[in-house]
Amino acid sequence: MAEMTANGYELAANRKPIRPGLILTWTVLLVGGLLMITPLLYMFSTSLKSAGQVYDLRLIPLAPSFDNYVKVLSDGRFMRWFLNSALVATTVTLSNVFFDSLVGYTLAKFEFRGRYFIFLAILSTLMIPTEMLVIPWYLMSSQLGWLDSYWGIMFPGMMTAFGTFLMKQFFETVPDDFLEAARIDGLNEFEIWWKVAMPLVMPAISALAIFTFLGNWTAFFWPLIVTTSKELYTLPVGLSSFAVEQSIQWELIMTGAALATIPTLLVFLVLQRFIVRGVMLAGLKG
Amino acid sequence: MATIELQGLVKAYNKTTAVHGIDLTINDGEFVVFVGPSGCGKSTTLRMIAGLEDITAGTLSIAGAVVNDMAPKQRNIAMVFQNYAIYPHMSVGKNIGFGLYTSKLSATEKGQRILETAKILGLEDLLDRRPSELSGGQRQRVAIGRAMVRDPVAFLFDEPLSNLDAQLRAQMRIEIKRLHQRLGTTIVYVTHDQIEAMTMADKIVVMRDGRILQVGTPTDLYENPVDVFTARFIGSPSMNLLTGEIAGGKLSVNQTVAAGLDATAFAEGPISVGVRPHDLLVGAPTHAGFEIAGTVTAVEPLGSETLVHLDIAGAEAIATAPGKLLPRVGSTVSATAQPGALYLFDAQTEQALGRL
Repeated sequence: MAEMTANGYELAANRKPIRPGLILTWTVLLVGGLLMITPLLYMFSTSLKSAGQVYDLRLIPLAPSFDNYVKVLSDGRFMRWFLNSALVATTVTLSNVFFDSLVGYTLAKFEFRGRYFIFLAILSTLMIPTEMLVIPWYLMSSQLGWLDSYWGIMFPGMMTAFGTFLMKQFFETVPDDFLEAARIDGLNEFEIWWKVAMPLVMPAISALAIFTFLGNWTAFFWPLIVTTSKELYTLPVGLSSFAVEQSIQWELIMTGAALATIPTLLVFLVLQRFIVRGVMLAGLKG
Repeated sequence: MATIELQGLVKAYNKTTAVHGIDLTINDGEFVVFVGPSGCGKSTTLRMIAGLEDITAGTLSIAGAVVNDMAPKQRNIAMVFQNYAIYPHMSVGKNIGFGLYTSKLSATEKGQRILETAKILGLEDLLDRRPSELSGGQRQRVAIGRAMVRDPVAFLFDEPLSNLDAQLRAQMRIEIKRLHQRLGTTIVYVTHDQIEAMTMADKIVVMRDGRILQVGTPTDLYENPVDVFTARFIGSPSMNLLTGEIAGGKLSVNQTVAAGLDATAFAEGPISVGVRPHDLLVGAPTHAGFEIAGTVTAVEPLGSETLVHLDIAGAEAIATAPGKLLPRVGSTVSATAQPGALYLFDAQTEQALGRL
């Protein structure tokens, strides 16, 4: 008994006092977290409600059912838009990973005249807002016959200044010894980039892939402008048409939105471990 | 296996010249160590041999063929880097096998070669591990394995041991030396550590400011350095340098005349006198050589011997005493050197004049 009491005192003595700053931090984080998660919860909640219950704001539906999911998934248009979005986002992501890395690597690891100027030129395009670019993109698509086509949706994002900048900065952290060792082992410059440098910047590639995929999966403005036929709509454009066509069917829009989050979650789950894992320095003595 | 010849090799970066036209022949199977302080051009020379730096002027031949314009892979040389440069995303086996990237061997033959190499280096149980799971010494061995596996004409080592702790460095020194004896392949090795140079080399190349100062065997360099720089660079602790004078055929240092030494062969006037710490003895019986008194400023007992730091009229010097003798700091002791232990250098040009 005495021992227990002693332990009790010890525990109480070891417990850190709760600082007011900490309470404030947690409160701010909690409020922020709730603000973030509430729309998501309502999205899932509404997707389980019938049309009549949509404006009933309780979080847990009275009679939850998956009818909306069945309705949306059996509607051919939804699947088409879903696949369009998947195709566009995947292609643009792969293209960015390939070209941004290639240009970033070249700018980071090769000495040539005009290298700095080229980098600045690429970087300066970051200062031009998308809204300003839409008209030239549209004119270009129109003149080249790319309007209302997959290529038309994808071409502006196939390579980005941000991605190039991100990859260049990461490739600069790859020690030259790795590349020189590969050069001596007989790899050509393309192989060195692909087989040695790229695996060493996996965290950056993953980050770039997640950003690009999310950006393109949720892209609305440009796909809306460039597409006219419904078969070419991407998911956000298609879902918005639910709201315009008939009276707004919130339960269907929310079901579509809930389904639309699945691929982004998957991409994040698959790639996040590469971001967390820092493999770079394991082969070098720091 | 091949002879490597450097003729008038120059490396210039814009306005700076890193290597000023060096000439050197590295014989087949020789272990040559380039040694010198940072920025002396030793690594640049090695990188030119590897093909990682363009050659500004001069010719570089490997096995009789000029290779100035050949890519690294065409030179069939292998290189081990200071930072190991083993690929963290590949297993040990794959890392070693990477050396065979361009080889036309079948997968089975490659596997055999990797295993043989791993066995030589004691890595056979680690083939599936990632570099992050290895110790520093094991990583260095993997880097050597990748170089060894393809049977190159020469190995180039760029300060391979400088990241290891002292104990491991000593162990790896012996391992690399054994490897050389076993394989008999030409090795060009760059280090700033003169102990590595002395213990491993068949031939040492001392460089300074992009020029070769002296080429010779370790004993050659130790016994007959061409100038003060080489004399002080080779040997540990460094050679002591005292200011002296030759007058009337006798050498005097700090007003003490070395009566027993005949210096008539040397020109009269001021002179620099070098004596190695292991030749300058405290507590040894006096003899007809050189004797000088100094104040003890510090004592370093090493067990088998004691290093005694002396102040000889303002100049610092290190002498050696037997292990059990520990002179008191502040006391005045007499240090002696045998005839022939003194190295004389021109006071102005610092060039060697001979031994006394």
